[in-house]
Amino acid sequence: MSADAMMIIVIAGLLSTGCAILGSFLLLRRQALLPDAVSHAVLPGIVLIFLLTGQRASLVTLLGATAFGLLCVLGFDWLRRTGIVASDAALALMFPALFSLGVLGISRFASGAHIDIDSAIYGDITFAPLRTVALAGVAVPRSLLITGGAALVIVLFVVLLWRPLHTSTFDPEFAETSGLRGQVASRALLVAVAGLAVVAFDSVGAILVVTFFIVPAATARLLTHTLGAMLVVAVTVGWLASWLGQRLAVGFDSSIPGTIGLVSVALLGLALLASRVMRRSRKPATPVS
Amino acid sequence: MTALSPAALSLRGVSASYGGAAVLRDIDTDIPSGALSAVVGPNGAGKSTLIKAALGLVPSSRGTVRFLGQPLARVRHRVAYVPQQDAVAKDFPITAVQVVEMGRYPHRGWFRRLRAADDEAVADAMADAGVSDLARMPLDELSGGQRQRVFLARALAQHADVLILDEPFTAVDTRTEAALLGILRGLCDGGKSVIAVHHDLRTVSERFDHATLLAGTVLASGPAREVLTSAHLERAYGIPLAASRAET
Repeated sequence: MSADAMMIIVIAGLLSTGCAILGSFLLLRRQALLPDAVSHAVLPGIVLIFLLTGQRASLVTLLGATAFGLLCVLGFDWLRRTGIVASDAALALMFPALFSLGVLGISRFASGAHIDIDSAIYGDITFAPLRTVALAGVAVPRSLLITGGAALVIVLFVVLLWRPLHTSTFDPEFAETSGLRGQVASRALLVAVAGLAVVAFDSVGAILVVTFFIVPAATARLLTHTLGAMLVVAVTVGWLASWLGQRLAVGFDSSIPGTIGLVSVALLGLALLASRVMRRSRKPATPVS
Repeated sequence: MTALSPAALSLRGVSASYGGAAVLRDIDTDIPSGALSAVVGPNGAGKSTLIKAALGLVPSSRGTVRFLGQPLARVRHRVAYVPQQDAVAKDFPITAVQVVEMGRYPHRGWFRRLRAADDEAVADAMADAGVSDLARMPLDELSGGQRQRVFLARALAQHADVLILDEPFTAVDTRTEAALLGILRGLCDGGKSVIAVHHDLRTVSERFDHATLLAGTVLASGPAREVLTSAHLERAYGIPLAASRAET
């Protein structure tokens, strides 16, 4: 295996670590589409930065995108809490509104410039080893630093906020009444999701991010009975899909993110079969009189 | 229940709305301590909203709420809450004992580890609720009655003085309902206060000490037998449905 191939596997694995952990919480909170919504909602941020600075693929662009990603998730959270619309409708209101704002901004002020999300912030993992930055004189792939840093921050985040995150995902009303401040933890989770989604889009592309947020978590849920086990299995599935996907993509000369995505779904299919077999072989719960 | 002890729950001028629509208006009522109390009323009467507003779960609510004579923030660890089953994530990966352990979190906060005393409280609570043998079972493999027992065990593990339960007897069979009521009665005999949102009028006057009859506002409040009279129920449920429901 070449060094670049190994680098792609490590970057994908690190990315899947952060995504699988946060994605497990999103899946259980029925907010699985949140990363996809963020991927659209960032457009006005990119346009705004272009209008202000004339730049369209810089670090400032990433900050603009992050700001609107945060606006999307926090707006969603606020709308949901008002009780005016249901949770899924709140998300469906927020991101098309922001995306439309971005489209309007382009057509009104920047129709001459070529701006779209793909060219501005969406990277491709295939080229990730080639985009390097110098770190103490050594050329290190930018994506390795970003996904490694993100994975570390997410692991620390979940370890530190384990109790309020766990409790408010399971039973939000209890988390609130027992003084665990579940709403604070829930908002912190949304902010973490928006932040990770934007930096991950920049490193590896949207399809892989959305896949990594949800598919390993859904696979792990089928095989586990506690949240701790679910997170460990989800991260393992993410790394397995990264390794297998990269190898198969090279073997079949196909798209790396596409193949990693398909392998993830195939692993989900295998887990579904395994969980059926496990359930059938287990005895039913003993009723309590 | 003595005249001197502060009410388990006291509400003054409490109003609440959802999405702009008023659900509760000017609630003034006291629910006594040391008693098994029911909050009853027709669908949409605001029963669940009343206890959620008291617990600070309804952002739009206004008014003054006191538990045992104190604001909730001061006595949070003395108040245990069992939400409706619908409010809990159904397919969450968790075992029964992990649910009950959450009952110790109000005492331990975000970071402090559970100690031997906490483990003991959890084991005792599970034994009292009759779910010790289910400890390692995944919650989503339990029946409705077993789940409700597990959630009651979580409230017991909290060692609270006031227990608030939202529709604790939905999706449980009559035998489990009787068993759960027996546990709640035992708590009251030990000086604790229990407040349950309840929809089955047939069992209220015989099983509960105190009742609060709601229909957007408090229609009657007092000893259960005095509250559940035909006249009160007619006002709450309307005619002719009221008469048939009240007498079944």
